[in-house]
Amino acid sequence: MPFIPHTEEELRQMLDVIGVDSIEQLFDEIPAKLRCGELQGLGSGLWEQDITRLMQDKAREDGQPLCFIGAGAYDHHIPAAVWQLASRGEYYTAYTPYQAEASQGTLQLLYEYQSMMTELMDMDVSNASLYDGASALAEAVLMAVRANRKSRSRHILVPASLHPHYRATVRTLVKNQGIELVEIPYDRSTGQTDLQALAQHTGQDLAALVVPQPNFFGVLEDVDVLTEWARANGALSIAVVNPLAMAVLHPPGEWGEQGADICCGDGQPLGAPLSSGGPYFGFLCSKQTLVRQMPGRIIGRTVDLDGKEGFALTLQAREQHIRRSKATSNICTNQGLMVTAATIHMSLMGADGLASTASRCHSNLQLLVEKLTSLGEIEPLFSGPVFHETVLRLPLEPRRVLRTLAAHNILGGYDLAGHYPELGNALLVCATENRNQDDIDKYRLKMEQVLASRRQGACATMAKFDRE
Amino acid sequence: MSNIPENLKYAESHEWVHDEGDGTVTVGISDHAQELLGDLVFVELPETGAQLKAGDESAVVESVKAASDVYSPVDGEVIETNELLADSPEVINEAPYDNWIFKLKLSNPVQLDELLDAAAYASLVKAEED
Amino acid sequence: MLIFEHSRPGRRAQAQAPKSATRLEGIPAALQRKRKPRLPEVSEMQAVRHYTRLSQKNFSIDTQFYPLGSCTMKYNPRACNTLAMLPGLVNRHPLAPDSHSQGFLSAMYELQEILKEVTGMSAVSLAPMAGAQGEFAGIAMIRAYHDARGDTGRTEILVPDAAHGTNPATAVMCGYKAREIPSKADGDVDMDALEAALGPQTAGIMLTNPSTLGVFERRIKEIADRVHEAGGLLYYDGANLNAILGRVRPGDMGFDVIHMNLHKTFSTPHGGGGPGAGPVGVSKRLQPFLPVPMVGTDGHDYHWLSEEQCPQSIGRLSAFAGNAGILLRAYVYAKMLGAEGMQRVADYSTLNANYMLKRLMDAGFTAAYPERRATHEFIITLKNEARELGINAMDFAKRLLDYGIHAPTTYFPLLVPECFLIEPTETEARESLDAFIDAMIKIREEARTDAEWVRGAPYTLPVRRLDDVRAARELDLRWQAQEERA
Repeated sequence: MPFIPHTEEELRQMLDVIGVDSIEQLFDEIPAKLRCGELQGLGSGLWEQDITRLMQDKAREDGQPLCFIGAGAYDHHIPAAVWQLASRGEYYTAYTPYQAEASQGTLQLLYEYQSMMTELMDMDVSNASLYDGASALAEAVLMAVRANRKSRSRHILVPASLHPHYRATVRTLVKNQGIELVEIPYDRSTGQTDLQALAQHTGQDLAALVVPQPNFFGVLEDVDVLTEWARANGALSIAVVNPLAMAVLHPPGEWGEQGADICCGDGQPLGAPLSSGGPYFGFLCSKQTLVRQMPGRIIGRTVDLDGKEGFALTLQAREQHIRRSKATSNICTNQGLMVTAATIHMSLMGADGLASTASRCHSNLQLLVEKLTSLGEIEPLFSGPVFHETVLRLPLEPRRVLRTLAAHNILGGYDLAGHYPELGNALLVCATENRNQDDIDKYRLKMEQVLASRRQGACATMAKFDRE
Repeated sequence: MSNIPENLKYAESHEWVHDEGDGTVTVGISDHAQELLGDLVFVELPETGAQLKAGDESAVVESVKAASDVYSPVDGEVIETNELLADSPEVINEAPYDNWIFKLKLSNPVQLDELLDAAAYASLVKAEED
Repeated sequence: MLIFEHSRPGRRAQAQAPKSATRLEGIPAALQRKRKPRLPEVSEMQAVRHYTRLSQKNFSIDTQFYPLGSCTMKYNPRACNTLAMLPGLVNRHPLAPDSHSQGFLSAMYELQEILKEVTGMSAVSLAPMAGAQGEFAGIAMIRAYHDARGDTGRTEILVPDAAHGTNPATAVMCGYKAREIPSKADGDVDMDALEAALGPQTAGIMLTNPSTLGVFERRIKEIADRVHEAGGLLYYDGANLNAILGRVRPGDMGFDVIHMNLHKTFSTPHGGGGPGAGPVGVSKRLQPFLPVPMVGTDGHDYHWLSEEQCPQSIGRLSAFAGNAGILLRAYVYAKMLGAEGMQRVADYSTLNANYMLKRLMDAGFTAAYPERRATHEFIITLKNEARELGINAMDFAKRLLDYGIHAPTTYFPLLVPECFLIEPTETEARESLDAFIDAMIKIREEARTDAEWVRGAPYTLPVRRLDDVRAARELDLRWQAQEERA
């Protein structure tokens, strides 16, 4: 029997100890009419070689296309050591460190993670992770509403330049608590949050302003101005950032005169593979004064009975297992293993490694934009500065281009038609450090062919009109 | 058996009340309550000026493994909170009757008569301990 | 020693990052970072050695018996990890077009179908990223259902007093008031109290069955009928699904919505505290409200179902499609078990729990519910030992660690004093169970001769008991460079 160690003899002996004749008898408290028969449609169990073959076939079916999509998930190199270490059984198969003495490995690692994350963000405190970037933002919003005692409104300003899936997730997670998300439009020429539109909210009672950096378009926001605006209007500022970008960009703790109040985002660029969107992890940092409003696990350093340094879960009275209906969140299990990978990843990369990766991504994007715009019919849509991702205007519908590129095993970017129809033929493209010059040339070549065949198609159409 | 001073009034939810005689009262938690909670690590104080009704959640006392609401024993306005508790919550464990949590200006003084006296509170505690 | 303490200025794990740090063209100086973050500067080997050594300070399923009640710490088959990490799957971008996603989507579709069959529900969404998010989705669907019918006077969710803390916290996140209902002395829900609590304000009830008390709620059908008559819906917390896999299905018990913890029942890794996965299943009437995205099929190809196809959905719960890599592991596990294997999970986890309970009772320990069958877990109360020997559940727990056994869940559920909630799982061999029982007997012996010694445990681990009070009073939540501390 797979994964079950009992021999026939042991089974008999154990039933004897219990004093029953059969396993069936152990279920005798369950009303007979509730019992299900044999499960249908599941088939027999597969041996390891059969399931291996099945999964290999599925993996092969999805192929390994050349990926120029970013849009919240980025194809970065992960040092080999990261997952070799994170997959060690002692990390992989432990659970939440309830017994601190038997969990010092995980606890110390999480303390190191909190230290690294606060350094990278230049914030005071970090929790030990949430599910992903989008749900972390929802928790940040709830935290801001609790923490901003001056505000009674429960209104949160959310830029339209924030990832549309983040906006949707936040809506799902906070709408039942009477919180209202107010959208702030973006400037159609720069791609940044529209400061004039924001100014219309001056003097209103607001709980918080969300500030993405970079925003969904890859465009860099004027974070100092936005953070100061929030402060002047009694709103807390919630930064949503790409952690890799923070190796080279002005971190949230330095925004404005006093820094952002809360900062969150998705930790995926720090050692998590793309993996169809998860598991990644959400990070959440804040100013020291807000620590008791934080959701999720927090690890503290302390001493044991002999005065020796050790690590333990702390501030647990915020959490559901103690505070129940008054907890800061219902979160229990978080994304511990992904944080394990991220901590090892940051240790190996160091500040310089993260910075050189970030700048290589950025220069690859510059190269990609240069090559594609050299084709003549493609141009950047926004004038604002960008980091490692940008929006291009195409001369035809992106979905048609993407379909052709995909047939040549290139994922050419993310079509904005669904979420931003007002932008016309807009394509969000990204080039990470994993794309090299050859990859970019290949993309340019295929794009050139798509555009050429369109011109030919157009000529053919015109010729047809001429004849008529 | 925990310490229950004679000169105080008590609420069933384990707060003590000292009548200052000038229309204000001082509120803290009883020796029994601090014993149940164990070492306090944090006290969340109410905002000065807050209008409380008897039974309202007014403060939170937190130990490592528990967090407990402190209920206002009577109606009134919070006129002062004990700022010492922000840095040293443990003083409540050391001397629960010397270290108050907040002071109220009574809006309904007759409510004081409805609170338990030391003897009645002692029998409540005894019943709980059994 | 912290990784920061291995750090030396200028040291780097050179092989890991692109060499040339180029200029950040087009980015204004004011938006660029001025001060470098003080991340560790270590060599690759130093990092590898540090994190290998740290790992050795952990108890884990791979190294110890880990009978943590309600957490289902069973063996995590290696094939699940290896196969979910195949390059075509692990490198798939979440927004890849369907043309490059059929392998992944077909696995997700099939997993939805498997979970439907196992739970007896009409439809499943894999979107929630952990049990608590599954709970959120479930209660949000109950709310959406009432709202869609214009039935807006329902403000309360009923929660048994023995419930996991996530239940009341979830009810509040969905804008409801959590109202507790007591359990009876035999562990079942108090029907009179339930009757008294039900009314036009009842939106629903959250139940775990078997309950967190380790017993099967025998009157579940009656409870379902009563709650439905009052206009409420029933939510099934799947924390203990392992106990009934292939034996009883929540759908057949009358539940309207359930979540499953794949990191428990379907053996995906616990990872030191996650990631989990908390798919939700629903009855017909809640189907329109399921969270997106889901996977559909036209019989040949597979495609995503999003808000467009599911306009009444409660919406998204994550940026993409939940913890996809964990879902793949659960899929591999389910395929390896098949129908027969599923039932064996319930059979042998129940056998192991009942065996342990009987042996502990024979050894003189006190069962919390001695008249009841254990399910896949059970509770003993150590209140006699605490009174007579002066060692409480915490002392037993810490001393067990010295014997190389992870402690059971302690002090939960709150209504049983000095309790151990013990869940051995089906993958433990009899000798592990016996070793646990022998250790318990031995600890009791030790306490008879020297209780003080037991209260000082553990002695053999990297640290002894930690000062939790200091950790909470003098917050030290991050390393700080020497110059900052001064």
